This record gives sequence, structure tokens and C-alpha cells, in this order.
Amino acid sequence: MNKILIVAQKEFRDGLRNRWTGAITIIFILMSLGLAYFGSATAGVLGFSSLESTLVSLASLCVMLIPLISLMLAYNCFVGELEQGTLLLLMTYPLSNAQLLLGKFVGQAAIITLASVLGFGLPAIIICIVSDVDVVNVLTAFSQFIILASLLGWVFIAIAYIISLSVTEKSKAAGLSLIVWFLFVLVFDLVLMAILVASEGNISETVVPFLLWINPTDVFRILVYSIIAAENYSGVLQIAEHGADGTVYLLLVMLLWVVLPLLCACWILNKKELSE
Amino acid sequence: MNNIAVELKEVCKYYPNVNALHPLSMSVKSGEVLGLFGHNGAGKSTLMKLILGILKPSTGSVSALGHCPRANQAHNYRTQFGYLPENVSFYEHLSGREVLHYLAKLKGHNKAQADKLLEEVNLAPAADRAVKTYSKGMRQRLGLAQAFLGEPKLLILDEPTVGLDPVATQDFYLTVDRLKSGGCAVILCSHVLPGVEHHIDRAMILSKGRKLALGPLAELREAANLPIEVSVSGLSRADIESKMKGVISEPDWLQSSTQGSSEGTLHNRFNTAAENKLNVLRNLAAEENLQDLHIKLPSLEDLYRYYLSDFNRSAV
Repeated sequence: MNKILIVAQKEFRDGLRNRWTGAITIIFILMSLGLAYFGSATAGVLGFSSLESTLVSLASLCVMLIPLISLMLAYNCFVGELEQGTLLLLMTYPLSNAQLLLGKFVGQAAIITLASVLGFGLPAIIICIVSDVDVVNVLTAFSQFIILASLLGWVFIAIAYIISLSVTEKSKAAGLSLIVWFLFVLVFDLVLMAILVASEGNISETVVPFLLWINPTDVFRILVYSIIAAENYSGVLQIAEHGADGTVYLLLVMLLWVVLPLLCACWILNKKELSE
Repeated sequence: MNNIAVELKEVCKYYPNVNALHPLSMSVKSGEVLGLFGHNGAGKSTLMKLILGILKPSTGSVSALGHCPRANQAHNYRTQFGYLPENVSFYEHLSGREVLHYLAKLKGHNKAQADKLLEEVNLAPAADRAVKTYSKGMRQRLGLAQAFLGEPKLLILDEPTVGLDPVATQDFYLTVDRLKSGGCAVILCSHVLPGVEHHIDRAMILSKGRKLALGPLAELREAANLPIEVSVSGLSRADIESKMKGVISEPDWLQSSTQGSSEGTLHNRFNTAAENKLNVLRNLAAEENLQDLHIKLPSLEDLYRYYLSDFNRSAV
């Protein structure tokens, strides 16, 4: 346990040192404030209009950005140390592979979490101060959003570790991360839609929501919509209205999306032999 | 108390295309220094990584400090390991002190010990600079400092003296000697043969994944039966030949000068079998004209060459 914290502390400090934490926080702040105050500009209104529309827009943006940020933060984690040669040294230290992996995860997950807390929390407070809103409502909704955004970040950090452990060159890990991001964030929904349309309704309605579980970004979106009770579902997510959208289940699916990639990464690390 | 620190039994390592290590057995006792020699790609690093548990043997068994290094809980015993990889590298953006503090914490030691080691390897003045500004020698010293963390019981050093200045090299050997007398087993691989000779108890020569020789230097010398080189000043070749009575044949002469050829001192050099050493001393030391007599035993380098060429001959 102690060893995990030592590694986590180093990863977290690295994140502060190389400005990752700061950069992510600023991006989150700009996103939230921008959407809160200019989100309704198309409707001809400026200023904070509605909590729901702000969070829904924020979710659509986060669903693209958080996976990308997390993958960029973490793809380097093992392959970077491998290229540098420090992984070889660490593997001769009194530290199990699981401890190393979990330590890195805790540290980097803390970076994303801190950035979410500051990056979404500060705008929430600003909104409460300058706008005439129900403070409790706004703060609750933003707190929930912070938890979900952090979870989404953790999922993609865990996925990035699989990538980072599967290749031997940084550039390959970067390329692979981009492909993974593209698949989850853009391709998956299109393919699912295409399948549903092509099958002309032959796919059972009870199965469809489960298909969305395959994609953590969709789970995140459904969770945001269901928790903050937004009425305006859009696109592929309409199919999730039927069954299987119990928030608890979805949260469990999200957690599973953190745990399973981590287990997979640990398995790869255990199998790994560093020949050079 | 088990005296054997490292034991390999019929250990073999092959990759899809290469046979990195042919079946090999060896052991290293506590308090013993084993020198590991061989060309690049001879299997030295592979052997070290097998002992450390970074690689898994294809067949055979490895035991380090009484445990299989790839067992589930093996990482707990690594507190007693010290390892210096070839071309050691660190977190470039951290300072030397931060790196060593981190590594010390992972090994369960406090910062004070890390700072003390920084002093010992003379890195204290540069300790707060980023590692990326370090020279090769400074990196190497930081590498040694981390290997020495926590009085290891098994020290595995890949090219430890590369980049070190003579003083640092001497300090390094002093530390190795001190750890050794404390019961630490040391496996040391080096290309700088002359310096290492006096600090190793046994030598192992590897080539193409095969063990060519393993034993104390004296034994290896005897087995190789390499000639000794005798340099004589003040005597002519004829004088020496008459004294030695046919012991030296024509090809054994490396340098010869005869009386009267020059005004200066006479210098002669010849090879002779090791068992003639006392014979040479007795016969030539009695000569009145003798000015100097020097006997050079085959060095580690000569032995290394001998075993490699011997192996290459038998391979052909």
C-alpha cells in the first residue's frame, strides 16, 4: 500500500511539474464558463440561462475532450519509462507489478480528478456568485458532473495503460491512442446507428441499451443525462431510454470500465520481459 | 545461513530467433565477487536479467538469495538487490537528489541515507541539478549510488566503471570490497579488464551464450597454461641461451639484442612456459651483469583472448 502511494505521489508531482494539471484545469474552466455564458448565444441570449442546457453542452464537449486528455496524459506512462530505461530499474526494485501499475494509476487519476474539481468547481462557484440561481441545485449538479467526468477520465487512463504496455515505442503508443479515441468517441456511435437502421428494428429493444455499455463515453453521456434529468436526449442515446438505464447499473459499468482495463494492463505487465 | 547467494541450474534462454543462453549452471557465494566477461551479445546482460527476475528462463531454475526471482512474492526480497544496468538512465527532469530520494523510498530507506550516498559518490554539489544536465560519469555515479542503497546482499553491476574517472573508479572498488566483506555477493561485468583483476575472486567467460570458463583466476591461468613473458636487461641473448640450456626455442624470442651491437644496455624479451618461472629466476638472477629482470604473468586480458580463440578454434 505504502509503495503504491510513493509511486502515486511521484506521478502526481510530475503532473504538477509538467503543467499538465494546470493546463487541463484551465481548459475545463474555459469550457464550463464559455458554455454557461455563451451556450445560448444561438438562441439570441447571453448569460447563464439554464443549468440543464449548460451541463448537456458541457457533457457533449467533455465526451470528446476528456478521453483525449486522459489518453494524452497516460499513453506515455509505461512506454516512456521503457524507452528511458527506468522501467528496467523499477522492475528490479522491491515493488510488485500491481503496485507499480496502481501507483501510477492513482497518481494520474488524481491529476484528472483535481483538474475536474477545480476546472468545473470554480465555474460552478462563479455561476452561483454572479447569477441569480438556486445555489444548492447548481452545486449538486456540478458535483455530480465532477464525479462523472473524473470517472470518464479514469476509464481512459486505464485504457491508455493497455496501449502503453502493448507497444515498445512512444510514437506507436501515441498513434494507437488516437485511433482508440477516434473509435470510441466518433466511430462507435455511427456504426451502432448504422446497424440499428440497417437491421430495421430486428434487434431486440432490450439488447440495445447493453450495446451502449460497450462504449464508456456513451455510458458517461447517459449518466449525465439521467442524473441531471435532462429532457433533451439526442442522437443514439434515445435508444437507451428503455430499460437498463438504472443509474446504479451504469455507475457499476463505468467502474468496471476502470477495473477491467487495469486488470488487463496488469496481466500484460506481468507477462512482460524486458530484453533490452 | 545459506551460503549460496545465486544459483543457476541448467538455465537456458532462447528467443524466437536467437539462442541467448545455452544451458548454463553456476553459483555465487555470499561475500564473493564474480567477474563476468564476454563480447557484446555474449549473454552477459541476459544472465544478469535472469538472476534479477526481469527475464524468465526458458528452461532450468534460477535462485537469488534463496528465492526464485520470478515468484509471486519475489519483489519483497528485492530490497536486498542492487542493480546497475548498462547505460543507466533516470528521470531526466528530476534532480539527482529527487531521483535518489524516490528510489530510496521504494527500497524502504529514508532520505538521509540517499543524501549520504550522494556524498559518497561525490555527487552532492550537483545533486540539485536536473539529471538531463549530467555528464555520463555523473549519471554513472548516480547509478552506483542507487545500486548501493541499503547495504545490498546481492549486487549486480553491468559495466560499473564506464565513464568514471580514476579516482571515482578507485572509490567504487573500495565500496565493492567493503560490501563484499559484509557478505554481499557481487556479479560484475566489465570491459575494462586491467582494473578489475584484483577485485574479483572468480571469473566467468561467456561467448555466444556459452560458458567458456569459470573459476578463480589462478586456476584459469593454470588451465590455459599461457606462457609468461620475461624481460631481461644487461644480458645478451647468447648469455641467456647458455644459462637456460635449450628451454627457449626460436619463436619464443620477442626481442633480442646481442653483445657489441650497441653501446647501450642490452634488452631481451622472451616467452616461456609458466613452470619455468623459478628456473629462470634461479639461473638468471645469479648473473653478475644482470641489471633488471621482469616477469609478466598472463593478464586477465590474455586469458580472455585465449579462451575466446580456443572456443573459436573448436567451433571451426
